[in-house]
Amino acid sequence: MAEEISPTQHRVYERVHASAEFQELRKRYLGFAIPATVAFMVWYLLFVFMSNWATGFMNTKVFGNINVALIFGLLQFLSTFGIAWLYARHANKHLDPVAGKLQREYEEEIGR
Amino acid sequence: MSDQVLTSVLFLVVVAITIGVTIWASRQTSGTTDYYSGGRSFSGVQNGLAISGDYMSAASFLGISGLIALGGMDGFIYSIGFLVAWLVALMLVAELLRNSGRYTMADQLAYRMRQRPVRMAAATSTVAVSIFYLLAQMVGAGTLVALLLGVDSGVLKNATIAVVGLLMIFYVTVGGMKGTTWVQIVKAVLLMSGTVLVTVLVMAQFGFNLSELLGAAASNSGQGDAFLQPGLVYGADLTTKIDFISLALALVLGTAGLPHILIRFYTVPTSRDARKSVLWAITLIGAFYLMTLALGFGAAALLDTSTLDSSGNLASPRLAEAVGGGEGSVGGAVLLALISAVAFATILAVVAGLTLTSASSVAHDIYANVIKKGAVTEKQEVRVARIAAFGIGAVAIVLSIFAQNLNIAFLVALAFAVAASGNVPALIYNLFWRRFNTRGAVWAIYGGLATAVVLVFFSPVVSGAEDAMVPGADWSLFPLANPGIISIPAGFLFGWLGTITSRPEAEADAKYDELEVRALTGAGAEKAVVH
Repeated sequence: MAEEISPTQHRVYERVHASAEFQELRKRYLGFAIPATVAFMVWYLLFVFMSNWATGFMNTKVFGNINVALIFGLLQFLSTFGIAWLYARHANKHLDPVAGKLQREYEEEIGR
Repeated sequence: MSDQVLTSVLFLVVVAITIGVTIWASRQTSGTTDYYSGGRSFSGVQNGLAISGDYMSAASFLGISGLIALGGMDGFIYSIGFLVAWLVALMLVAELLRNSGRYTMADQLAYRMRQRPVRMAAATSTVAVSIFYLLAQMVGAGTLVALLLGVDSGVLKNATIAVVGLLMIFYVTVGGMKGTTWVQIVKAVLLMSGTVLVTVLVMAQFGFNLSELLGAAASNSGQGDAFLQPGLVYGADLTTKIDFISLALALVLGTAGLPHILIRFYTVPTSRDARKSVLWAITLIGAFYLMTLALGFGAAALLDTSTLDSSGNLASPRLAEAVGGGEGSVGGAVLLALISAVAFATILAVVAGLTLTSASSVAHDIYANVIKKGAVTEKQEVRVARIAAFGIGAVAIVLSIFAQNLNIAFLVALAFAVAASGNVPALIYNLFWRRFNTRGAVWAIYGGLATAVVLVFFSPVVSGAEDAMVPGADWSLFPLANPGIISIPAGFLFGWLGTITSRPEAEADAKYDELEVRALTGAGAEKAVVH
């Protein structure tokens, strides 16, 4: 047996799930999270593969003793901060208002 | 001798602070939600600090700088992978898990699967991952104390490991999640301060010019420019290059499957706070890993790395001594003692987090739900958690005695591989695949876990190499040191196979809608405890 919930809860969950608002929330969430995940994984693996097989390019010195490999590594930090910031902005603006509204509706209905 | 007095005093201060915090927190703990989740009443910032504290283990502080000091640019992959991994946790796991679970990683699977088999599987993998991770921390503690007392004796290292084990049992049995969280917060502040201090002192020696630091590291390492280029460690042949990819995959996918990190998301009131805490964690952890460049290359530039231990675990404390004025100077002694005390605090905190996680899973998943089928009082459950903490502490103490020669970051990378193979596929399928069912979850966890552990057992880490856990014997059939590249896809494959070879479950299907609503909106999610 999975976790128990009441028939009322079940009904309300189903109703919320069928609502256009929830489907929109789902679309907005996946529409950001999936492409962003693919993007940073490809970008990260590019660093890994180039460290293995593009050593000539990675070893090029850009200034002083700073080479492409180091800059590429530091860009991974930058892209991580950037994507995290973009996701937070997206979630605050486009996800939280809808999620909050649906949650309040659910709780009002259950509370009845 | 006075150096050792100073060091001992600082160590005792660290221990005293953490014990004080634990006792204070224990006074405010009652019931399971407090014990497992700190009452879900921590703020996003507090939890962000605590996540950083839980995450930046001895592997990060001692291990990575050692790997960079010995292996140059190839060591930097750890810093990058450990950070990038947080994007998976941020976007795919943190908020959804907060909304759909209660105390342990298994809760989320049990929401729509048959409870007993999935809880048993998830608890097994929680304990397995945590023990791998614990090994790394205890090895670090033993090495550190041996360095400080200037005696490289096996008895002393083992005694240290035993003391750390006893302390961790104390934190977990007395303080619960509230105590453990505060210990993490204190530790995160100490660790960041210590690291900033050493970084500034290192950079000052090179006029705050990164290029100069790298140049000095390259020439002092005896490797020249090759030290700054990828490939020094992993560039030899195709096998080592594949090992590098394997390591990189384990690092980036492991974080989202680390049970002691996952249960941190339950300590905040809402999914919004969970997101906020991850954002704080990314900021702090990112800043910290940037500084590992200064620590690692600084150690390569300023120390004679041939005198370091072969695994490089002592690079950071030795570097602190060097920038403080060198061996024999007062400044050097003070900094060595200070940084070692910080490292010790780091180890204690992480060890406490890991033990709490495993103990919670044993009590909540195995005892309360599998054995007693939910018919237990909160008091009984918490008592079992405390007993489990003893058992796990004992196992970790014994195993760490055999792992003394291995680099800490390397050991942690193995824990990441096990987490990425055993936990991540099940968690991802559960959230994003409607058809996924009980057998799929059970196969994903046991299949991924077993593949990872078996490959490690047959790898050069355990036998067949000079620095292997069992030197002098050789049963290394698998050439890679990190199993990720095989075991992570294996976890996904087993999960898929288990699912499609068994009938769709009506309940798992029906509850998928509910799980989606609950995960994305927070409707019906567990609330904070009001005292």
